[in-house]
Amino acid sequence: MNDPEASRQSITYDTHPDRYKHWRLTFAGPVATLHLDIDEDGGIKPGYKLKLNSYDLGVDIELHDALQRIRFEHPEIRSVVVTSGRERIFCSGANIFMLGLSTHAWKVNFCKFTNETRNGIEDSSRHSGLKFIAACNGTTAGGGYELALACDEIILVDDRSSAVSLPEVPLLGVLPGTGGLTRVTDKRHVRRDHADVFCTLTEGIRAERAKEWRLIDDHAKPQQFAAKVKQRAEDLAAQSDRPADAKGILLPPVKRIIDGAGYHYETVDVAIDRKARRATLTVAAPSSGVASDIDGITAAGASWWPLLMARELDDAILMLRTNDLEIGTWVLKTSGDAQLVLDTDAALARHHQHWFVREVIGMLRRTLARLDVTSRTLIAMVEGDTCFAGTLAELLLAADRSYMLCVPDDLQQEASITLSEMNFGSYPMVNGRYRIAARFYEEEAPIAAARAAVGRPLGAKEAAELGLVTATPDDLDWEDEIRIVLEERASLSPDALTAMEANLRFGPGETMETRVFGRLSAWQNWIFIRPNAVGETGALKVFGSGNKAKFNWERV
Amino acid sequence: MSIDYSQKIPNNVGLAENRTLQRALEHWQPEFIDWWKDMGPDDSQNFDVYLRTAVSVDSAGWAHFDYVKMPEYRWGIFLNPAEAGRKVNFGEHKGEAAWQEVPGEYRSNLRRLIVTQGDTEPASVEQQRHLGLTCPSLYDMRNLFQVNVEEGRHLWAMVYLLHAYFGRDGREEAEALLERRSGDADNPRILGAFNERTPDWLSFFMFTYFTDRDGKYQLCSLAESGFDPLARTCKFMLTEEAHHMFVGESGVGRVIQRTCEVMNQLTTDDVAKIRAAGVIDLPTIQRYLNFHFSVTMDLFGADVSSNAATFYNTGLKGRYEETKQDDDHLLNNASYPVLEVVNGEVVTAQAPYLNALNERLRDDYVRDAVAGIERWNKIIQKQGIPFVLRAPHKAFNRKIGPLSSSKISPTGKVLSEAEWTHHHLEWLPSIEDRAFVSSLMGRVAEPGKFANWIAPPARGINNQPVDFEYVRFN
Repeated sequence: MNDPEASRQSITYDTHPDRYKHWRLTFAGPVATLHLDIDEDGGIKPGYKLKLNSYDLGVDIELHDALQRIRFEHPEIRSVVVTSGRERIFCSGANIFMLGLSTHAWKVNFCKFTNETRNGIEDSSRHSGLKFIAACNGTTAGGGYELALACDEIILVDDRSSAVSLPEVPLLGVLPGTGGLTRVTDKRHVRRDHADVFCTLTEGIRAERAKEWRLIDDHAKPQQFAAKVKQRAEDLAAQSDRPADAKGILLPPVKRIIDGAGYHYETVDVAIDRKARRATLTVAAPSSGVASDIDGITAAGASWWPLLMARELDDAILMLRTNDLEIGTWVLKTSGDAQLVLDTDAALARHHQHWFVREVIGMLRRTLARLDVTSRTLIAMVEGDTCFAGTLAELLLAADRSYMLCVPDDLQQEASITLSEMNFGSYPMVNGRYRIAARFYEEEAPIAAARAAVGRPLGAKEAAELGLVTATPDDLDWEDEIRIVLEERASLSPDALTAMEANLRFGPGETMETRVFGRLSAWQNWIFIRPNAVGETGALKVFGSGNKAKFNWERV
Repeated sequence: MSIDYSQKIPNNVGLAENRTLQRALEHWQPEFIDWWKDMGPDDSQNFDVYLRTAVSVDSAGWAHFDYVKMPEYRWGIFLNPAEAGRKVNFGEHKGEAAWQEVPGEYRSNLRRLIVTQGDTEPASVEQQRHLGLTCPSLYDMRNLFQVNVEEGRHLWAMVYLLHAYFGRDGREEAEALLERRSGDADNPRILGAFNERTPDWLSFFMFTYFTDRDGKYQLCSLAESGFDPLARTCKFMLTEEAHHMFVGESGVGRVIQRTCEVMNQLTTDDVAKIRAAGVIDLPTIQRYLNFHFSVTMDLFGADVSSNAATFYNTGLKGRYEETKQDDDHLLNNASYPVLEVVNGEVVTAQAPYLNALNERLRDDYVRDAVAGIERWNKIIQKQGIPFVLRAPHKAFNRKIGPLSSSKISPTGKVLSEAEWTHHHLEWLPSIEDRAFVSSLMGRVAEPGKFANWIAPPARGINNQPVDFEYVRFN
C-alpha cells in the first residue's frame, strides 16, 4: 500500500441505545427484549442495502453494545428475548452483497466479531444467570438462525411458511461459518445426517420437523406465539440469581484519543510503530488504592479499575484488529504498582458472587478470550516498571512468547511477576481451560508449583524455572536480543504466522468454541479465498445477479 | 382401488397407469373435497350449477357445459399437448432440450414457484366464499362458481406437478396448500393480497379484472419455463383464466353501465343523489380501481429482485411472450428502467435487466390492464357522461419494494405524510364507501332478474339466454 495512513479505515465500536439504527431494546420486569428491525440504508459502509433484516458489522456492534447494557446497566434482567420487529421475517443473516463487496480481511474480521458476540451470549448464560430465547417470528435464515443458535432456546412461529435454514452451501457456496455448523451438532445435537440434509436445503425446515430434528425447542401458532415466548422468558427468569433490586452501573463511552502515535486511554496505551509494523500495548495498574468493599466498588462503577481497564483493553484490541491490519506484532507490557493489582484481585475473588463483580470478571474473561483469538503475534515484555500480577499476568500467559529481563548483578532492578488465585480458574480460555493449566497441558506438577508461588514476587530466574516465561535475557543481551526477535518475527509470512499461532495457542482438547474458531472459521476462511466462492464467477460474487456460479469441480 | 380415475378425474397425464400419482391422489383427493366443503362457496354444496368442465384438451373437450353439484365437479389434470423438440428458450440453458424432469439443482426454486402460484388458487376461493349469498343475479352467481371451481382446478394443476415431480416433499407441500387459510392470522396464505377480504361484488369484479390478470401474467411467464410440464400445465390454465378476467371486465362494465343510465335518468352527477338511487357512483368505482390496481402492483414483487434474475437465468420463468422478444434472451448486459424516489420525485433509473424482470412483467401487465379501463371509458362516453376512469401511477400506494417507503399520489407526485393523510380518502375506498357498496348487496336469485346496481349482460353463457336458470337451488 502506498499510503497506509490514507487507506486506514476509522471504524469504532462506540454506540448507545439512543443511537441504535437496527435494534430496539425494551425492558419489562426481569425480561429484556431485543427487537431487530434493520435500517436498509444504515449499512456501516456504502454500496449495499440491508434488505430483509440482513446484517453487517454495524448491526453486530449494536448487538454487542446492547448485551453490555443488559449485563451492567440492568442487573434486574434475568432473561433476554431476541426477536424481530418485522413481520414474517426474523433475520436473513449476513448481507450477501456486503460480503460480495468486502475484502477478505473485512469478512474475516466481521465474522470473528460476530462469533465473539455470540460466544458472549453463551458466556453470560453459563456464568451470569442471563438466559436467552430466540423468538423467531418469521423466516430465520443463515446468520439469523446462527444468532438463534447462540440463544439457550429457540421458539419458531408455526405459520406454515416460516422456516429455519442454513442455505449458505447451496445458495452461496460458503459455510454457515459464524457458528452454524458447529452449534447444530455440538450444541443442539442434531444428528449428523439430518444436519447434512438441513445444511443443503435452501428453503429450510418448518416448525414441526424442525422440532423433531432438534433444530428448535418449540413452536407456536402466531396467535399463541407471544404468550409462549413470554411464558418461557418468565420461566427462565425465575431460575436466575440476578438481583431484583440492585442498581445498574452505567457504561459511559470509552474515552479514547486517536492520534498519529496510536490509541490512548486512561489505563491502556497503544503506541504504533508503522514502519516496524508493531504496536506496543501498555496496561497500567491502578494509580492509587482501589475500592475493595462492595459499596465502594459499586460507587466507582464503570471507573472501577478492573472494569475500566477491561473495557479499554477490549476497545484497543477491536480498534487494532479492525483498522490496523498491517500491525502484525503486538508487544504486551504493563506498568505500575503490582500490589494494587493484587489488592484488586483480592477484591474480585472475595466478592465474585456479587452480581457486579461477577460481570466485571466476565468482562475480563471475554476480553482475554478476544486476545486469544486475535490474529496477531503477541509478545509480552517483562522489564522496568512492570506489573504482570494476578489478572494482568493473564496477558503474559496469553502471549505467544514472553521475555523477562534478568539483571543478575542487581536484583532490585529486576522486574517481577506475581500470580494470584485469579490465575487458577477465573479466566478460562475458549477451550474451557485456564491459561496456566493449558500452558502445562494440565500436568499436575508444574501447575502445583505455580500455585505454590501465588502471592510471591517471582524474579526472572524463578519465573523461568516455573515455566512462566519464554526467555530471560540479561541486561547486556536484552536490547539486541529483543530487537532481533521482533525484526525476525516481522519478516515472516503473516498468513503462516496467523495459522501457526492459532494452532499453538489452544493445545489439545476441543470445545464447541474452539471448533467454531479452529475448524469452522478456518475452513470458511479457506473457502473465502477460493475462486469457487469469490472468483469472478464464484457463488458469492454472482449471487443476486441471476448468473449461476461456475465451479472448478476438482475436490481439493 | 376405490377411484375410477379416468371417470372421476379427467386427465391427459396417464393417471390410470401411474402408480405414483395414484398413491398421492388417493390421499390428497379426499382432503381436497373436505377442504372444498369447509372453505368452498358457502351454503351452496347442494346447488346444481351450470358449469363448464374440461374433459380433454381439444377444442371439443375443454368447455363441456352441464349442471353439476360443485363437490362433484370433475376437477381434472390437463397439460397442453407436448411440443416436439421444445427447447429451453432463454437464460444460460438456452438451446438445450426442455427438461421433462426437475433438474436437481433447481428443485428448490421450482418448488417455490409452483407452491407460490398454487397457494393463490385456493386462497381466492376462500376469499370469495361468502359472495354467493349476495349475488346480483343467477348469471353472476354461476360465474362466481365457475371461477371458484376453476381456481380449484388450477390448484389441482399445481398439485399434479408437486405430486408427479417432487416426491415426498411435493406431497407435503400439496397438503400444506389445503391447510393454509386466507386471512387466518395463525395460518395465512403466502401472498399478502390473498389474505385480504373480498367483501362485496364490486371488489370481486375488480379482483377478477386486476388480480386474476396478475395470475395471467404469472402463468404466461411460467408457460415459457424450461421445465416442460410446468410450461404445458400453465398454458392450459390460461384458457380458463381468460374467463375469470371476462367476469371482471364485464362485471365492472355492467356496474358502470347501470350507474351511467341512472345518472342520465336523473340528469345528475351528484354523488349523494346517485347513491340514493341505489347505484355506485363513478368516483367510488375509481377508488376501488385504485385500490385493486395498487394491491396487484405489489404482487409482481420487488422492483429489483435477485430471485427474478435467478429464475430467468436458470430457465425457470421467462418473460411474457418470451419467444416473441427480439433480443438475445440472455439479458446479461442489458438494462431496464425502474422507478425510484430521488429528492422528492419519482424518477427512472436503469437496473440490470435480469434483476428488473418483475418490473418488466409489471409493465406488460399495466399495458393490458389499461386497455380494459379504456373500454370502460367507452361505456361512459357512449352515455355522454364527462368522466374518465384512470389507472393510478405504478408507484401509488405500494407496500412492497423501495417505493413503499414514500407516499405517492395517483398521478405520481411524492407527498408528505401530512398530504397523504389529508388526501388518501379521495383516492382509496373509505370505510363509508365500503359500507355503502356493501349496503347494496342482497341476493337476487330469480332467473333473468338483476340487482338494481348492475346492468344485465349482453348475452348469456354458452349461447343460453340471459334469463336461463344458471343455478338450481334444490
